[in-house]
Amino acid sequence: MSEHAHGHEEHSFWRTYVFSVDHKVIGLQYLITSLLFLLFGFTLVLLMRWQLAFPGQPLPLLGRLLSPEAAPGGVIGPMFYNQLGAMHGTIMVFLGIVPLAVGAFGNYVMPLQIGAPDMAFPRMNMMSYWVYLPGGLLMLLSFLLPGGAAQSGWTSYPPLSVINPGQTMWLVSMVFLITSSLLGSLNFIVTILNMRAPGMTLGRMPVFVWAQFVTAFLLLLAFPPLEAASILQLMDRVFHTSFYMPAGLVIGGQTTPWTGGGQSLLWQHLFWFLAHPEVYVLVLPPMGIVAEIIAVNTRKPLFGYKELVGSMAFIGVMSFVVWAHHMFLSGMSTTLSNFFLVTTMIISVPSVAVLTCLILSLKGASIRFTTPMLFALAFLPLFGIGGLTGLPLGLTVTDIYLHDTYYVIGHFHYVVVTGSLIALFAGTYHWFPKWFGRKLDDRLGKIHFWGTTVAMNGIFLPMFIIGMQGQSRRLYDPTAHLHNLVGQPMHVVSTVSAFVLLIFQLPFIYNFFNSIFNGEKVDSNPWKATTLEWQCPSPPPHGNFASVPRVHRGPYEYSDPAHKDDWLPQDAEKAVAPV
Amino acid sequence: MSAHAPAVQSPYENTGVPDGKLAIWLFLASEVMLFGTLFTSYIVLRTAAASWPRGWDVLNVPLATFNTFILIASSVTIVMAHAKAAARDKKGFMLNMGLTVLMAFVFLVVKYFEYSSKFAHGHYPSTSIFYGIYFTTTGLHGIHILGGIAWNLGLMWWANRDGWDDRLFIGRVEYAGLYWHFVDVVWIFLFPALYLL
Ligand code: HEM
Ligand SMILES: [Cu+2]
Repeated sequence: MSEHAHGHEEHSFWRTYVFSVDHKVIGLQYLITSLLFLLFGFTLVLLMRWQLAFPGQPLPLLGRLLSPEAAPGGVIGPMFYNQLGAMHGTIMVFLGIVPLAVGAFGNYVMPLQIGAPDMAFPRMNMMSYWVYLPGGLLMLLSFLLPGGAAQSGWTSYPPLSVINPGQTMWLVSMVFLITSSLLGSLNFIVTILNMRAPGMTLGRMPVFVWAQFVTAFLLLLAFPPLEAASILQLMDRVFHTSFYMPAGLVIGGQTTPWTGGGQSLLWQHLFWFLAHPEVYVLVLPPMGIVAEIIAVNTRKPLFGYKELVGSMAFIGVMSFVVWAHHMFLSGMSTTLSNFFLVTTMIISVPSVAVLTCLILSLKGASIRFTTPMLFALAFLPLFGIGGLTGLPLGLTVTDIYLHDTYYVIGHFHYVVVTGSLIALFAGTYHWFPKWFGRKLDDRLGKIHFWGTTVAMNGIFLPMFIIGMQGQSRRLYDPTAHLHNLVGQPMHVVSTVSAFVLLIFQLPFIYNFFNSIFNGEKVDSNPWKATTLEWQCPSPPPHGNFASVPRVHRGPYEYSDPAHKDDWLPQDAEKAVAPV
Repeated sequence: MSAHAPAVQSPYENTGVPDGKLAIWLFLASEVMLFGTLFTSYIVLRTAAASWPRGWDVLNVPLATFNTFILIASSVTIVMAHAKAAARDKKGFMLNMGLTVLMAFVFLVVKYFEYSSKFAHGHYPSTSIFYGIYFTTTGLHGIHILGGIAWNLGLMWWANRDGWDDRLFIGRVEYAGLYWHFVDVVWIFLFPALYLL
């Protein structure tokens, strides 16, 4: 836990690129790793999409490469399908979006935005990456174990999860990931509290920093309960305790080693106590990213800075008291479900407030339609759809019908894909020039943008319809039920769109790697932005700022009539004489 | 800032609270959530259980009482160790920290005998929910004790090398103490919950 080990850092290759303690290198390590995990999780779901659209048909090309147990004759088997589902969810949430939003963007951008030379604990920062990576690799390796990967969904409900093979590795790997996020969140909070440059008061911090601050608290306080819950599940699996197991369980005519007497609902409560705040971990940093990009590209101060920050803080607090809205159908008393219904309606208010502030920020602006701005603009309505479709799930009456249908899948993918992921793309285009001193190509960016947004809607919009037709989620073969046949064409639309989405990621991947080396060179502040990360070189040197920046004003001083430029950096001495 | 600038502390540390201290309090907050969850699970499982043994019928209360006193005493010695470090009395620090570590070991040895006698009587974590909770919570607590031993030994080792005069030394002894008190408090809750109620 050494503080700020700087100096003498002209190190070997290993110390510079692999075991670096520099927040920027660590941020890029997180960036590349989590993007790869995202791609992997996406590949898994493409296999599932094939099976959903064309059940029982052999996979083209890939089918023959899969092991005969997983996919006999190239047809995805039911067990393997369940593994794909569980691992897709787990990988996307815990190895993809969160590390990208927090580990990559938070790590790289947040210290720069508050004018700090690094994180408060650089070595702890490095540790958190090096605990995350093995945790993630273990998760992937579990596919190769006898019995395969976990197959009880990312929610891992017992007793199924205690019985199914593969789950032990899932739990072990989760312990790694939880430890990593604990180290990270500690570091973020201390850094934001203690490492702000002189003059960077809390009220002058960019919205993105606030988003990371609230997120860090969620990670800090919500993950330990899942850790405890995972330990109990691990005990159930390894030592045959019965914390989650009912008595007299018989599987396939065989008695089981569990004496029983436990509560399988206990897991659900503990899991969702983490997993609802986790949902806000998935959306708060993206909201912060979108806020930054909107301010820069509308060339005016954000509408309602205080309201934005206050709403995010309120979301953070409330997110701890809504968890059981995922469990309305688990037989809970109506008093309890009414309580969670009310808290859920309450938490939707600040979320709408955030979105409203962002939309009102556009009013009267002369918007620059850059690639990052396009993604940020797409975020607003699409995330809005995700949020609004959540309300019927939070109301007990409608949830009775919609619970565990494809409607739910549609809802949360609008939130995390057309919401979070789109915002993370926006952030990538926005901060790429800071990371590499070069811009991503605009034309390829626009192709990527249009293809991606259209395809995403093609994937997830049909899911609402299929869901309202009454189709359950987690189905291996929808056509096995007669009432699902009517929705089958929608599955085909969804699957085709998923492959289109894959194709439209190719320009992005090419653009990304090509632009690192050949992209258009830009100066340190190509967007003419006010926040501190743009007031140092691109990429920033070790220690970030040549001298400690002094902050004189809030983060979004655009279009100040008293100033000849239309932007006034946070650390500029004072407004230059008016024109 | 130049590559040779002193540690970042000076213009920063806006709150006036050292980084390490903030970090340890945040860490303890997360630990409260961890053990809080286990205690909640204990309550839920116990309320729903058809039967629950009375702790003193199946567990060894005298041994646990002894262990409770040992831990409380070690919390005193670690406070002394901090005071000695602040008073720049190295011998006194080493003595008190050494005692703390010693008592932590005693605690674990006693625990070892408790566990073995349970196993000898055929009581395993799988025997009942009660034993499951007993082994899981005390086991996790034991791991925390081990962590404390490692941390405290590390401080002694560091003091003997170049740590004693490091400007962060006293602070780190304090943080070790905070952690140790926490581990102590967890036991103060576990003891009645498992043995006496
Ligand atoms: C971008 C392309 C994506 C596609 C095409 C996609 C598609 C799907 C599909 C078809 C399912 C299975 C639904 C079912 O049968 O139950 C699913 C489940 C899920 N997805 Fe995605 N998804 C994508 C991205 C993401 C992302 C970015 C996240 C998270 C941040 C995510 C999180 C989940 C979760 C948590 C589940 C539930 C897994 C379970 O049932 O345990 N997905 N997704
Ligand atoms: Cu929720």
